Amino acid sequence: MAEVIWGLATSHVPSIGAAMDRGKTDDPNWKALFDGYAPARAWLAEHQPDVAIVVYNDHANGIDLDFVPTFGLGTAERYEVADEGFGRRPVPDVIGHPELSLHLVESLIDEEFDLTVFQELAVDHGFTVPLSVWTPDPGDAWPCPVIPLLVNVIQYPQPTAARCYALGQALGRAIRSYPEDITVGVLGTGGMSHQLAGARAGFINPDFDHMWMETIETDPGQLAAMSREELIRKAGSEGIELIMWLVMRGAMDDRVTKVHSDYFVPASNTAAGIALFDNRNGQPA
Amino acid sequence: MTLSSLSAPVRERGTTSMSTESGAGRPDLPGTPIFDGDSSRRGLRMNKLFMSLRDAGNRERFLADEAAYCREFGVSAEQEKAVLDRDWQAMIDLGGSIFYVYKLAMMDGRSMQYLGGVFTGMGEDDFLAAMRAGGRRDG
Repeated sequence: MAEVIWGLATSHVPSIGAAMDRGKTDDPNWKALFDGYAPARAWLAEHQPDVAIVVYNDHANGIDLDFVPTFGLGTAERYEVADEGFGRRPVPDVIGHPELSLHLVESLIDEEFDLTVFQELAVDHGFTVPLSVWTPDPGDAWPCPVIPLLVNVIQYPQPTAARCYALGQALGRAIRSYPEDITVGVLGTGGMSHQLAGARAGFINPDFDHMWMETIETDPGQLAAMSREELIRKAGSEGIELIMWLVMRGAMDDRVTKVHSDYFVPASNTAAGIALFDNRNGQPA
Repeated sequence: MTLSSLSAPVRERGTTSMSTESGAGRPDLPGTPIFDGDSSRRGLRMNKLFMSLRDAGNRERFLADEAAYCREFGVSAEQEKAVLDRDWQAMIDLGGSIFYVYKLAMMDGRSMQYLGGVFTGMGEDDFLAAMRAGGRRDG
């Protein structure tokens, strides 16, 4: 059976990718963010999974508003890196894992999560920035095949936090029921508190973010009980994308071991968070 | 930094919606536009125009005759005016999604901090300074 060995929660702001692509990681406005990534990157480099799943949302690049799938899963052999209008990021295209994808689709639909299936999908910064946070220098290829799991967080009504957590739990069961003995890393992306439009633009809520960072480890069910309105009020209209962390967390065991976390303001107009959890219970880290 | 000066000329939709969920309506929070199904329905043509600007050839055609490009996409007269005037707040009010509106801003060489300066009335420099000081708070 397949096993989730780690979960990584991280912001996916485009400017983090741009800072890396333009060699600005030592810039005074960015250095502390990237220094904060270092321990997680070092650990991840020693714990390479066979496949990764990235829970993310598209930003007008791979899909538009003709179709707004609440949840979607890619089943392709390959995902192109999208050109978002300023040239595509200089990072490799993504190799998929269609066999695991198709198993996940069947398992999740059997569990009544009626996902939209993507056979073709260009992946944008929401997907590639988390891969870069994990692997800053991928060379010609990312460390392993990666599967996109899309969540609608940009058009209200987004799925509830509870539904995202339940999807994650079903995802964990689906992974564990895969017949091959492979290891899987799950990335939950987005957040933390931020708001891009309106008179409240620039809103950041460090108290909420610190609570979320702590509770995602210890009591994710408590976060899953939050309403959309509460999330938007406390984390900002775009901070609601933190619900994607709950998909990642749901796929892990109740008890996880935190490897590293860090918090940084501002990454563009957002609070950036990273949290890495080891899911191999009873094993030395 | 606080949000105490919400009297800035912010045009937002009604204040009558319920503040609960379960189909009772979207959240109605001060200074917080919610891009919902109704916004998306009104903004669909304009958002499609913004998405098309990912392509360099489309950006050239847009810049050559912005009004004609707007008509080609079938946006409303109000939306066309907002686009031509670069009235960012109006684009949001008329159904623009910030992630789509941002495509036009990027084409103009504008940053999300610039847009934040517009939406808050602070101007880009003060907005950026507020972000670097830890972001803005509800006040």
